[in-house]
Amino acid sequence: MDVGILAYGGYIPQSRLQRSEIAKAHSWFNPGLNGLAKGERAMANWDEDSVTMAVEAARDCLGDTDRDVISAVYLASTSFPFNDRQNAGIVADALNLKSGLQTMDFSSSQRAGSAGLSLALQVAKGNADPVLYTTAEKRETRAASPLEFTSGDGAAAFLVGQGKVIAKLLASHTEAVDFVDHFRGEGETYDYSWEERWVRDEGYLKIVPAAIAAVLEQSGVDPSAITTFCFPVAAKRIAASLAKQMGFPETSVADNLQANCGETGTAHSMVMLAQALQNSKPGDKILVASFGQGSDALLFEVTDEIANLTPRMGITGYLARRYAETNYNKYLAFHDLINLERGIRAETDKKTGLTTLYRNKNMAQRMLGGKCTQCGTAQFPKSNMCVNENCGAVHTQEDYPFADRIARVNSFTADRLTYSPDPPAYYGMVQFEEGGRLMSDFTDISPESEVEVGMAMRMVFRVKDYDNKRGFRRYFWKATPVAAAQKGE
Amino acid sequence: MASGIKDKVAILGMGCSRFGERWNDNAEDLMIEAFIEALEDAGIEKSSIDAAWFGTGIEEEHVGKSAVPLSMALRLPNIPVTRVENYCASGSEAFRGAVYAVASGACDIALALGVEKLKDTGYGGLPQRNRGSVNDMFWANASAPGSFAQLASAYSAKHGVSKEDMKKAMAHISVKSHDNGSRNPKAHLRNQINEEKVMNAPMIAEPLGLFDCCGVSDGSACAIVTTPEIAKALGKKDLITVKAMQLSASNGREAQHNSWDGSHFVTTRAAANRAYKEAGITKPRDQVSLFEVHDCFSITELVTMEDLFISDEGNAVKDIMNGFFDADGEIPCQIDGGLKCFGHPIGASGLRMIYEMYLQMNGRAGDRQRSEEPVFGMTHNLGGFPHQNVCSLTIVGKEGA
Repeated sequence: MDVGILAYGGYIPQSRLQRSEIAKAHSWFNPGLNGLAKGERAMANWDEDSVTMAVEAARDCLGDTDRDVISAVYLASTSFPFNDRQNAGIVADALNLKSGLQTMDFSSSQRAGSAGLSLALQVAKGNADPVLYTTAEKRETRAASPLEFTSGDGAAAFLVGQGKVIAKLLASHTEAVDFVDHFRGEGETYDYSWEERWVRDEGYLKIVPAAIAAVLEQSGVDPSAITTFCFPVAAKRIAASLAKQMGFPETSVADNLQANCGETGTAHSMVMLAQALQNSKPGDKILVASFGQGSDALLFEVTDEIANLTPRMGITGYLARRYAETNYNKYLAFHDLINLERGIRAETDKKTGLTTLYRNKNMAQRMLGGKCTQCGTAQFPKSNMCVNENCGAVHTQEDYPFADRIARVNSFTADRLTYSPDPPAYYGMVQFEEGGRLMSDFTDISPESEVEVGMAMRMVFRVKDYDNKRGFRRYFWKATPVAAAQKGE
Repeated sequence: MASGIKDKVAILGMGCSRFGERWNDNAEDLMIEAFIEALEDAGIEKSSIDAAWFGTGIEEEHVGKSAVPLSMALRLPNIPVTRVENYCASGSEAFRGAVYAVASGACDIALALGVEKLKDTGYGGLPQRNRGSVNDMFWANASAPGSFAQLASAYSAKHGVSKEDMKKAMAHISVKSHDNGSRNPKAHLRNQINEEKVMNAPMIAEPLGLFDCCGVSDGSACAIVTTPEIAKALGKKDLITVKAMQLSASNGREAQHNSWDGSHFVTTRAAANRAYKEAGITKPRDQVSLFEVHDCFSITELVTMEDLFISDEGNAVKDIMNGFFDADGEIPCQIDGGLKCFGHPIGASGLRMIYEMYLQMNGRAGDRQRSEEPVFGMTHNLGGFPHQNVCSLTIVGKEGA
């Protein structure tokens, strides 16, 4: 039985920080940064992290797939919100998956993103039920560092398994080499990096070819047959050099998305793979390789099934959903890179009772409401007494998921008084088309979007509050305008 | 069938502190200021008071929990004292407790006092605070102006009123209340403003600008109530009696059920129907002489005039622009400046509204005295958010009216 990818999904935050603005701020200190001042990088909203981005990519990937068949959820990242609380477990909860499930986090390397997929494929070989594989990155970088320019935030997700695969795994190979081009030690927020020329000559151009050669040999595929070569490194011309060295067609070199997204850390090889799949046709051979204390190489052949996959937003769709952010200070504030005066209103304690959270987890993380079995009224939150004044039945509520339902704005405001990391705070009453409503926070209201009564909104899983005193964060769902592609337009 | 409260209880005396930024006074100082005025007005000894109700909303910013702070501040002689809290309607709740106690015969004379000390937060506006451990997990990050501002978007959409016309009507409300407040020596805000100033003010929560929002104040107000018989025995003439007291609380319909359109208050309409019936008022637009409504925001006053069945639905903008609710209009609304300018010390506000009715009916309202003699005065005290709130209505009037 073939093993491979059953579906793909992607997610890139809509805000794109203009690199020229970063350079404007720092070139007085390091004029060399002007060389990086072109294009834009994806910038996560203040309420996004690797978990929330992975959830969005997974929702895109799953579409209307029956979620009960999923046997495992993996998440790869080097920017997990929690060191001890399984991040993949939060993703699984937000996706409203069953509890009979293997969950696992992969981390500690820029190669974790590809290594996780490689492992997921191996697991799927011996497992009739598919694995949901996700990877996301929101990398912290020092102000005025080259990484600040070249990095971007984003996520990818794949449903991996047997049967009707859209891309069949032909071969995979890993080279493990403790080549330390950069590192992030215990308790450190930022990377410490070594000279790029050394990394290129001794790292990319020596270690990666060994991994690629192994998959070519294993699969018996001729290098000239490679349709798409995904190599995630931001540095210019590295992928082209590798392609030339390996004998791939020039046209096979995939866009590393430096111009419009930035390198999404450990997720980037997978972000590129998701986009390659989105652009592919049956018979294409996609080779994805990564770099980080060695190299993973995976070779896929796209099958006829790709034509049957319903369209995803994918990386292409999310890249198109964008607005240009020209305020670099906002980026600095979102990443705590400046000591912003947030005002006394920001001092409110955001402590979460862990008992309260666990008891209300279905409401807060899964967005399960209730539906009355007597009168059919849907309500959020669920309660033991129906909200319909003409019913009021007791103990008649069945779980009713709201997260994937479309709502319409009933009333709204843009509030400049309440504390928000990104004022004004937009919120309003949203009304679900099949019943139920919620006074909901809005998120991702871009300067270009005009909120109006009656407009369609979808729910997204986001950070509700940061408890900086205790290092905790709580999640909930927020309403955001439905993107054109999501309306099926 | 309950016979209601009409004419069973009379106001014996009332007091109200100066509202505003009372930097150098504790809540206890404000309570004493209001209480002494009420006691002198009532012409009784403190020892005649049988029971007291204490209304305050955000006690963590000043006196802390329980009724003990009132009992200690006023050195009450170990009588029953109860603390009540019902959002911004806490003052009206204190009044309801005292009135019902007298009406029931349990007390001859009862005291209701409300207080709030809000200016110890270090910033303008109401205190930013938690809303309960479960609510904090899913409630929107909403402020009071942001919650009430949404009435405007829903009202505009429902009635096809342009943003510009809404903003102008809201501005008229605020300009009117500043005019009225300028004639009130106890008011927090006594400056007059014009429409241009309102329209160009900084945005607080769209479409509410700074002048669409009421003052957040320190202050206290107080009522002493008894039966009409006792009041007369104490030498009081031309009694002001309670005609109706109604409260309505949201049951989740507005917040969770799609039958509410967001443009009005379900609770106000329910309470208003009951209050008019209790008071025997059949044509409120013709019979009510004065309104003090909960104008926490200009938009609240606008929709409330429809919810109290004074303006027909969709017609409030027209009435407002015609000056119907101005001090010299057909039915003045906020003749004392309202929450907008008299100020809004939460626990005191409901009692402050009744205080103004009491002064107007006694002809003691000074520069702002309504020339046409008021017969019925209605107060409207709201707590919470448009989508989940409590609404308290009180009608007072001349005895026998």
